[in-house]
Amino acid sequence: MVRDQETLSLLLNTVARFVRERLVPAEAEVARTDHIPEEIVAEMRRLGLFGLTIPEEYGGMGLTMEEEVQVYFEMGHTSPAFRSYFGTNCGIGSQAIVIDGTPEQKARYLPRLASGELIGSFALTEPGAGSDAASLKTTAVREGDHYVLNGTKRFITNAPEAGIFTVMARTDPMKKGADGISAFIVERDTPGLWVGPPDVKMGQRGAHTADVVFENCRVPAENLIGGVEGQGFKTAMKVLDKGRIAIAATAVGVAERMLQDALRYACEREQFGKPIAEFQLVQAMLADSQAEIYAARCMVLDAARRRDAGENVNLQAACAKMFATEMCGRVADRAVQIHGGAGYMAEYGIERFYRDVRLFRIYEGTTQIQQLVIARNLIRKEKLYG
Amino acid sequence: MKILVPVKRVVDYNVKIRVKPDGSGVDTANVKMSMNPFDEIAVEEAIRLKEAGVASEVVAVSCGVAQCQETLRAAMAMGADRGILVQTDVELQPLAVAKLLKAVVEKEQPGLVIAGKQAIDDDANQTGQMLAALLGWPQATFASKVVVTDGKLTVTREVDGGLETLELPLPAVITTDLRLNEPRFATLPNIMKAKKKPIDTLTPEALGVDVTPRLATLKVEEPPKRKAGVMVGSVDELIEKLRNEAKVI
Ligand SMILES: Cc1cc2nc3c(=O)[nH]c(=O)nc-3n(C[C@H](O)[C@H](O)[C@H](O)COP(=O)(O)OP(=O)(O)OC[C@H]3O[C@@H](n4cnc5c(N)ncnc54)[C@H](O)[C@@H]3O)c2cc1C
Ligand SMILES: Cc1cc2nc3c(=O)[nH]c(=O)nc-3n(C[C@H](O)[C@H](O)[C@H](O)COP(=O)(O)OP(=O)(O)OC[C@H]3O[C@@H](n4cnc5c(N)ncnc54)[C@H](O)[C@@H]3O)c2cc1C
Repeated sequence: MVRDQETLSLLLNTVARFVRERLVPAEAEVARTDHIPEEIVAEMRRLGLFGLTIPEEYGGMGLTMEEEVQVYFEMGHTSPAFRSYFGTNCGIGSQAIVIDGTPEQKARYLPRLASGELIGSFALTEPGAGSDAASLKTTAVREGDHYVLNGTKRFITNAPEAGIFTVMARTDPMKKGADGISAFIVERDTPGLWVGPPDVKMGQRGAHTADVVFENCRVPAENLIGGVEGQGFKTAMKVLDKGRIAIAATAVGVAERMLQDALRYACEREQFGKPIAEFQLVQAMLADSQAEIYAARCMVLDAARRRDAGENVNLQAACAKMFATEMCGRVADRAVQIHGGAGYMAEYGIERFYRDVRLFRIYEGTTQIQQLVIARNLIRKEKLYG
Repeated sequence: MKILVPVKRVVDYNVKIRVKPDGSGVDTANVKMSMNPFDEIAVEEAIRLKEAGVASEVVAVSCGVAQCQETLRAAMAMGADRGILVQTDVELQPLAVAKLLKAVVEKEQPGLVIAGKQAIDDDANQTGQMLAALLGWPQATFASKVVVTDGKLTVTREVDGGLETLELPLPAVITTDLRLNEPRFATLPNIMKAKKKPIDTLTPEALGVDVTPRLATLKVEEPPKRKAGVMVGSVDELIEKLRNEAKVI
């Protein structure tokens, strides 16, 4: 749902300009230093990017999903590390509170997440629980008016920067699956919470992940999200349905950027006496990329509109995430190919995108897990209405 | 003090301009439009004067088609308080715009008008000067620094030989040069709030201004294509070519 097209266009133009004038020129430096310069972070805060999805009454902009994905299409036109930095505040790092938090939890944390004063992270994955997240082992045992957390979370985006974590932990050891899991808000300076050193990753340098370890970490009971035990896995899945559409949108944006770079190169690079863009085999790579980008863009917009309309988008979000991220991988491969030898060289930047986008097919549910989700939805429907 | 800032809707500066095949003008169909960059500088300067407590209200004015409303919204997202759209589908030339602005100035009674020195579409560089003349107000064009003290303006101007500093009484007209300031990015929440700021819509007829074009465009052409360059092997060869072929040294 777009509430006002004129305002949205102005907003998207502003984001596009910020990307073009501030972020694109900083891409290579961010990759080299593995650090987003402070002035850029400050500008992202001032611009309001951290509060895109946080409701207006808590200091954010309360964008609808259809509006939000269009911001990510634009943000995708530069290194995805930039979006990752504020992306958890708009997505997985805030949404558990937005969707299922108590009014007190919202009032306490959302305004600071919206301003970017606080970075929010989402801690579900563990060394022994990735795709099978419901098998997680981190425990939360009630002791008086606290819960005591023990366990290790792995690959947590923005953990080195985070001020609060949404942590999924098992409150009922008798229930092995999803029903025994609850979600907590854990502040960074809580004694017993440790953040490991940043992981060394394949790409998206400038964005960081790390382990988060809980050793007898005492969390006030009022930080149980929604105030009810056993709801944590459901909360996490609602967060991920939204997150998947956001990742799909980012994948579309980055694919557009890679195609644009490849297209420009193909029009300028001459071999056999003419621009390589005039060779039909090169044109095929450009055309296939454009058609797939268009398809993914339409899927993302449709899934976003349905979510705004209140539909359950479990199936559509999985379809969009799977198709858009796999598409992005194919476009990355073709963009490198069109660049020839230059595509393999760091100087041209396209190999950096090639590594950056590899992540999209893995996190927030691998492609295989999306396939399982899609098939499960289909089969359930067949059994119900067959 | 109230500041009036005229803002023009032009083809975005990133767009590669294409001339219509019949040479009658520039193709603007499906082309991205934005606020003239010099006008952004003007809006920025006005907002800074408001933030410094010198100005009390910043009013943006745009003359042209209905879509100029978007340009006004952009100015209000940056910080202008309200907008005035003088709506017409007639192709406006600098004299017509200056007359429209004069009528708006008489209605609004601002203490200062800050305009861009020129618009990047037709590069006319006339509107601010014509407006000052029509109003009988002092003008300081190509401003690179503006200071307001005790009802007086001190303006530093970029001229061929260097910098010139003028002092002028208010009310006055200023036009902005590139180095006056670096315009801010409107923040996204302010963009959302701009929707709630008011825009008044007027017409040339209501203002009693005849905007009929006085000039006719005969032909618009692409600039000649640049010829391929030559690679020189050494500085000596370059000097030799500059001296004997180009005959410039
Ligand atoms: C850069 C980065 C950032 C991350 N950020 C976060 C974060 O902020 N918060 C968070 O909680 N997690 C985060 N993760 C973790 C991420 O969500 C997991 O890595 C992902 O869910 C996959 O889990 P895994 O790594 O344990 O792989 P595994 O689950 O071990 O999967 C290995 C392979 O087996 C396949 N597989 C597994 N089960 C099945 C099955 N049933 N059928 C078919 N194939 C299967 C998978 O598709 C995959 O190909 C991040 C990961 C990375 C790399
Ligand atoms: C790591 C590395 C090591 C190398 N080592 C050596 C070496 O030791 N010695 C050496 O001599 N070279 C070496 N090279 C160069 C390498 O052989 C060339 O990069 C390769 O032949 C491609 O040429 P190019 O980079 O100029 O790309 P281009 O020829 O510009 O090709 C760009 C794109 O256009 C396509 N294309 C070009 N012409 C056509 C056409 N007619 N029809 C359809 N598509 C077309 C290509 O397939 C490619 O996708 C190396 C390159 C790399 C990256």
